[in-house]
Amino acid sequence: MTYLINGQIESICVEYQRDRHRLLDIIRSVQQKFGYISDEAIDEIARCCSIPRVEVDSTISFYGYLSKQPRGRITIRLCNDIIDRLQGMERVAAAFREVLGIDFGRTTADGNFSLEYAPCIGMCDQGPAALVNDVVVTKLTGDGAREMIRDLREHMDPHRLVRTLGDGNNAHELISAMVNNNIRQRGEVIFSEFHPGEALRKALSMSPVEVIKEIKTSRLRGRGGAGFPTGMKWEFTRGAAGPNKYVICNADEGEPGTFKDRVLLTECPEMVFEGMAIAGYAIGAEQGIVYLRGEYAYLNNYLEQVLQKLRKQGMLGARFCSTKHCFNFDIRIQMGAGAYICGEETALISSCEGLRGDPKNRPPFPAQKGYLENPTCVNNVETLCCVVRILEKGAAWFSQLGTTDSPGTKLLSISGDCRRPGVYELPFGVKLSEVLKLAGADNAAAVQVGGASGQMVGSADFHKPISYEGLATGGSIMVFGPHRNVLEIAHYFLEFFIDESCGYCTPCRVGNTLLLERLEQIIEGRGEPADLDYLQQLGQSIKALSRCGLGQTSPNPVLSTLKNFKPVYEQLVKVNPQGFRSSFDINRALEEASRITERRSVIYE
Amino acid sequence: MAKPRVATTSLAGCFGCHMSILDIDDRILKLVELVDFDKSPIDDFKTFTGRCAVGLIEGGCCNEENVHVLQDFRQHCDILISLGDCATMGGIPALRNTIPLRECLEEAYLHGPSVYNPSGRIPNDPEIPLLLNKVYPCHEVVKIDYHLPGCPPSADTIWETLVALLSDKPVQLPYELIKYD
Ligand SMILES: Cc1cc2nc3c(=O)[nH]c(=O)nc-3n(C[C@H](O)[C@H](O)[C@H](O)COP(=O)(O)O)c2cc1C
Ligand code: SF4
Ligand code: SF4
Ligand code: FES
Repeated sequence: MTYLINGQIESICVEYQRDRHRLLDIIRSVQQKFGYISDEAIDEIARCCSIPRVEVDSTISFYGYLSKQPRGRITIRLCNDIIDRLQGMERVAAAFREVLGIDFGRTTADGNFSLEYAPCIGMCDQGPAALVNDVVVTKLTGDGAREMIRDLREHMDPHRLVRTLGDGNNAHELISAMVNNNIRQRGEVIFSEFHPGEALRKALSMSPVEVIKEIKTSRLRGRGGAGFPTGMKWEFTRGAAGPNKYVICNADEGEPGTFKDRVLLTECPEMVFEGMAIAGYAIGAEQGIVYLRGEYAYLNNYLEQVLQKLRKQGMLGARFCSTKHCFNFDIRIQMGAGAYICGEETALISSCEGLRGDPKNRPPFPAQKGYLENPTCVNNVETLCCVVRILEKGAAWFSQLGTTDSPGTKLLSISGDCRRPGVYELPFGVKLSEVLKLAGADNAAAVQVGGASGQMVGSADFHKPISYEGLATGGSIMVFGPHRNVLEIAHYFLEFFIDESCGYCTPCRVGNTLLLERLEQIIEGRGEPADLDYLQQLGQSIKALSRCGLGQTSPNPVLSTLKNFKPVYEQLVKVNPQGFRSSFDINRALEEASRITERRSVIYE
Repeated sequence: MAKPRVATTSLAGCFGCHMSILDIDDRILKLVELVDFDKSPIDDFKTFTGRCAVGLIEGGCCNEENVHVLQDFRQHCDILISLGDCATMGGIPALRNTIPLRECLEEAYLHGPSVYNPSGRIPNDPEIPLLLNKVYPCHEVVKIDYHLPGCPPSADTIWETLVALLSDKPVQLPYELIKYD
């Protein structure tokens, strides 16, 4: 038996040339085949790839979707992120618990079902949502959940849960998902008529340096969150020494409340791949990688088919020539495995290299030393789409859209307490209040702009523009009505960061836990005014001392609610006149000893 | 004018921090010119005799009596200082914080390799203060005004701090006094 299993594992390793840099793919395939990665399987993978066993082990332990314990034949991952909570996720969770007779984090005795929670799976405009193995189910209800389990018990085939197909390519036979695009507003840049191949041909009629100059002239800035000028990044990568350069498309889309890249990958993958090819031509790379978040595995087959089609058309995988220049470029898809930190570009590179998704020290920056130590350019999905349109229609056309510092349009993923959640393409500079009006968020009291790592703003800031210089966002806009508690939302986001921190640096690993502890005391009414200064100071220290963007933004939910919703905090805290800490409860602290000794306190009773 | 009063106590500590207070050597003569000691192991006063300017706390809180004493200090002292790592962070006693209380007691009184306890009982006299579920640093129990880190903080650190406080000047601790590696 072991012999047989080992044979199968060996052939998986051989499929990936026993390359330790494809370890994540190897582990994923083993899990796909056997449901989990056993100790024996770890031994065998280590042997086949000639690496220490602990490397395999630690890689598995890093990723949320990899498991060393047997899991059910069907794993249900229910999104318990903040937006789904507002949409009734608790009722769905209760229904699952009831019909399966297990709690979350458990597997049924018959080995058929495992229940897990997952942070935002990118379906916020159609939640509550869950992944059933790779199949997405949306708009869940308690009854829906019960019915789903009844059906699954009959056929054990998650694909048969999809009865109504979604709009657009979601209905394509290789996707067959019930997901909807919900494109509510089409703008000039992304969602306008597209002629595949035109931009690439135009690029090839120019020299790589001219292409970079065109992107610089357009003043395009990265759409993934940080807003770094794309042309400059390309120039650095082109100028860095190294024979094999890489273009990586960041399709990790892990920021809670963001789902616009999913829609781009569903509706315009040709545009994304063409953008990658243009980037490759500009920086001098022949290879590209799309890092696709594990949650979007249902798009994988379709994307592979589009890649095949482009190869057949000669645009990828072979010499592609215009009248002036020829070049060679191909793309592979790297599947992620459930880790928010892997959206951070250096962690993403680690993950592509088959390692734990730990961020790397910078410098060297990826442009100097990225994937396998080669100069690497990492760009967001939407950035690459903008590139295509800039080449097609010209830098001058692009830069007159939006504002001076934020040219072009932005895709916004809007969810929460609004009537029309979905994807909106709007020019930069649009006021938040206008965005809210479009989305039917008449009652908005608080808006989280930029996801968990962004900021919570109140109505005093609704007049501000969406832009890098105003309210910055990688796309996430989460709307909260007046009946929502902003401190509980901040509390949830902190928990999210604590879960997703890679744990390398103390300020991020320990600091956020301390922030959460103090925030909880305040929420429970045991806080003091001085605690607000404590939150502020600790939050600033975490931002200043953390190594990567996760830690540097993790205190934002607390800091921005402290800034914009101070009265909510102030109402909850009060001075303890004796100078005792209200958060310390002597009776609670003595309970255990009382139980063990079977006597009561003589001092405090 | 009456001299300001200083109180000190050792909670869940090893008395090392108090030893460090004594390490100010002959400066202790200067200190008694500056202050009167109130409740403190140094003069063996068991209870407060009046309002104090400064209270120095060694050790965190591991039992109900520690909490009681600390609260008493808070009520009698204008300024409370957490003296040493046990007071500021729990220190060595807080190593038990990850282990359930019952296991700690069983290890200490029944199963530990060096235990000789023919009665097979865990001491449970009503005189023994009840243990807290974990060891708390002082600032989680009462408001603490200043923290002096170190295990123990050096005599010079303690001296400089006290003199600065009593003469109402900013504390200036040179780098060598607060560098620990
Ligand atoms: C914790 C963390 C998560 C991130 N997640 C993403 C993501 O999911 N998608 C993305 O494009 N960028 C993400 N980023 C930003 C990337 O590090 C990087 O800046 C971006 O991919 C660069 O592409 P751009 O210049 O085209 O925006 C993340 C950053 C951090 C710190
Ligand atoms: S800031 Fe957080 S996520 Fe980033 S490297 Fe440090 S511990 Fe890891
Ligand atoms: S800090 Fe060090 S010297 Fe002071 S009580 Fe604790 S262990 Fe003893
Ligand atoms: S899918 Fe649940 S919050 Fe995004």
